[in-house]
Amino acid sequence: MVAFIIRRIIQAVIVMLVISLVGFSIQHQIGDPVRDLVGERVTPAEREVIRDRLGLNDPFYVQYFRFVKKACQGDLGLSFFYKKPALEVIVAKAPATIELVIVTAIILIVVSIPAGIYAAIYPKSWFSRIVMAFSTIGVAIPVFLTAIAFIYFFSVELNWLPSYGRGETVNIWGWESGFFTWDGLKHLVLPSVSLSSIMLPLFIRLVRAEMMEILETEYIKFAWAKGLRRERVWFIHAFKNTLLPVITIFGVELGILFAFTILTETVFQWQGMGFMFLEAVERSDTSLLVAYLVVVGVIFVVVNTLVDIVYGFVNPTVRIAGTK
Amino acid sequence: MNTWQRFKNSYLFYSFKQDSIAIGSFCVLSVLVVISILAPVVAPYNTYDTATFDILDAETPPAWMETGNEKFMLGTDIQGRDLLSTMIFGLRVSLIIGIGAVLFQALLGIIVGLLSGYFGGKLDAFLMRVADIQFSIPYLIVAIFTSAIFKLAFGVGRWEELAVPLLIIIIGMSEWPKYARTVRASVLGEKNKEYVEAARVIGLSRWQIIFKHILPNTLTPVLVLSTIQVANAVMSEAALSFLGLGMPITKPSLGSLIRSGFEYIFSGSWWITFFPGVLLVIFILVVLLLGDWLRDVLNPKLYKG
Repeated sequence: MVAFIIRRIIQAVIVMLVISLVGFSIQHQIGDPVRDLVGERVTPAEREVIRDRLGLNDPFYVQYFRFVKKACQGDLGLSFFYKKPALEVIVAKAPATIELVIVTAIILIVVSIPAGIYAAIYPKSWFSRIVMAFSTIGVAIPVFLTAIAFIYFFSVELNWLPSYGRGETVNIWGWESGFFTWDGLKHLVLPSVSLSSIMLPLFIRLVRAEMMEILETEYIKFAWAKGLRRERVWFIHAFKNTLLPVITIFGVELGILFAFTILTETVFQWQGMGFMFLEAVERSDTSLLVAYLVVVGVIFVVVNTLVDIVYGFVNPTVRIAGTK
Repeated sequence: MNTWQRFKNSYLFYSFKQDSIAIGSFCVLSVLVVISILAPVVAPYNTYDTATFDILDAETPPAWMETGNEKFMLGTDIQGRDLLSTMIFGLRVSLIIGIGAVLFQALLGIIVGLLSGYFGGKLDAFLMRVADIQFSIPYLIVAIFTSAIFKLAFGVGRWEELAVPLLIIIIGMSEWPKYARTVRASVLGEKNKEYVEAARVIGLSRWQIIFKHILPNTLTPVLVLSTIQVANAVMSEAALSFLGLGMPITKPSLGSLIRSGFEYIFSGSWWITFFPGVLLVIFILVVLLLGDWLRDVLNPKLYKG
């Protein structure tokens, strides 16, 4: 087990080095830190002096090494637009995205598990048929269309819910939260519902498929034969064993959810990391872009490594398969 | 005629005839494909020709509404272009990028999968590690990042010129690991079979064995995967264009049309978003339904999920 964990961590470090190399080459090729510092109106000779002083004429590998060293100390360069350390800008935007993902995950769990179980228990009922038809069509609808449709109906036509921004937020120990004001919660409804709509069909199908498979197994037949109550068989015996694969896939899909926040945040002008990223692209803010790349890379690598290690504990075949 | 007869008697055609959803999807898909191929002939106006539209016609509602104009059946977009024609040309752009991206990623993935599966060893370990790493990051994130970087590197003007080939490469690059894994898995199943051994005994070269004998036997799962990937690629393209990282509004795809319409939705011009959106959903839905049917019929055991 220790060997497995060490191997996974080495792999994670290699991946991070590759991502940082990609990030650094982008900055090296596209960005011009001298322009970011002094603007356009400085003579080429003066620029050359600044370049030398900043060490921009050093060989590539020397500069890369410096980049990695600084990155490890939490210094990812200055944002050209905000005139602040890039990491600071990203950290300031993170709560918005994290809150959106949390609410979406809650909606997903609360809706998909009961719906999936119901569809597995009564596959022929009209409710299950509607759920399944909805999940077939739902896969084909891009998240930004769902979001636009929600805005059109609930904001433009009915005027019930706000269509953009986070509304009123409360600052709790440096964390800008929309959870504690009525206005902030109202602003969360449309973005989180539309974001969950992209994953809901998949999760309902997953829960349904797992549950149906479990209901066919021998031990459930035995439980029926023993004369247990229906609720006990469904919710105690069958449901417990559906959970393990479902949780694993929830973990993996949360990463994909993160990717879709970029789209949702654009539609709702949600002041999170995804929205900031697109603004950085439009403003050619290369250092912020690279910092975002590195931060997202760290998040994914850490989450993947943790999921793998946890999975290694739960399922021994994973760690044995890698040893040969 | 012989191949046609064989096709007519095949199980594939038989099960196609039995399945009304498959027939329906196939009909809708063929209509959409034919329309987009014949776009310059079918569309009422040529929307790439700036002489044919007038900014004064901008945001005309569909013809059946009160302020509508009979000249524009589905209304006009923000630049005064006939929406129906723009949608037809947009579908064409979306299709070209979608199919192009799938061909590109299939080529890349099949070559990697064949080499990796056949030669094994260090090459296999290396290529599959690379695929694993890319797989662990969602393809949409990869696509968004690469197009953002390309856009910055090329500058907006050059980007708009080169958007179609660049998007094909970007979307292709972000999805090749799926093909590599699928093909590698089938190669591993095939390479120890007797016919491969026989080919080796009669002295065929490695490349002949790989491409002439093993490759054809790995194509069934590739076919199923490709159907689903076309839907995925069209969806990725729409997402990128919606973010402003894809097709420019002068040569809109369905995604960029939706983006341009979204800015006007608060003033009540719903049709610029609605019709392209519906067309996009219909296209993706029929492709996915066909893909599901094909998977059930061919039932490649190697392909899952």
